[in-house]
Amino acid sequence: MLTEYAFWFLSFLAVFSALTMVVTKNPVYSVLSLILTFFAIAGHYFLMNAQFLAAVHIIVYAGAIMVLFLYVIMMLNLNKFEDEKKSLFMNSLSVIAGCILGFVLLAVVKRTDELTIVAKASSAEVGLVENLGNALYKDYLLPFEMASVLFLAAMVGAVYLSKKEMV
Amino acid sequence: MMEILPNVTINHYLMLSVALFTIGAFGILFRRNAIIMFMCVELMLNAVNLTLVAFSKLWGGTDAQVFVFFIMVVAAAEVAVGLAILMMLYRNMHTTSTDVLDKLKW
Repeated sequence: MLTEYAFWFLSFLAVFSALTMVVTKNPVYSVLSLILTFFAIAGHYFLMNAQFLAAVHIIVYAGAIMVLFLYVIMMLNLNKFEDEKKSLFMNSLSVIAGCILGFVLLAVVKRTDELTIVAKASSAEVGLVENLGNALYKDYLLPFEMASVLFLAAMVGAVYLSKKEMV
Repeated sequence: MMEILPNVTINHYLMLSVALFTIGAFGILFRRNAIIMFMCVELMLNAVNLTLVAFSKLWGGTDAQVFVFFIMVVAAAEVAVGLAILMMLYRNMHTTSTDVLDKLKW
């Protein structure tokens, strides 16, 4: 019963703050409400017994990525209202396109009702560090190493791009 | 039944993911500020992550959660490079609005 209430609370929190992120004019408020969304999603991970993933999610997203966003917004001094001049036509077009996309995806989800899936009984220990570490360092060792190379390339690219002498 | 929590089926989580993904896609279409559009991409990635974790809970395997790790890695790399590009754009063009940055439009 409690987990059900927690699910609904976290879902409404996530959707509401995501909408706030899109609609609000001030970029700093956008970043803060996106952080709220990420915390709600981390709560969902906790509910689904993915404890380690929830911790990593908070550390990486709220702790690193969104701080980077905030940093860039404050460095570029974008925290004032920037008037986006848009026509009513483009606005309504984007609303219609978003509604159609949501409709199609919802229809796809509805269709999955007709499948008969036999779920296995999942243990509560799947999301613990031990099991995830075993999977990550045994079965997925090569992708793991390739991810580190990708990180190195991204770091070199970021440093090179943000040098002062670039034209 | 496909319940992954008491009274919460896999379809509930799929609906939530659809909602978040659609909000992200709508934001990309709706906003003109490149930084906000970037944050919408992050939101869409997170919607997919939520789906993967829900299915991991349903099937009871670790593979989906490992995929979530890799998606996080790619998102972090993407943010580092993308924000560097935005910094450079702002230094040269003094804006991050995609109304001004339309050189690649046909």
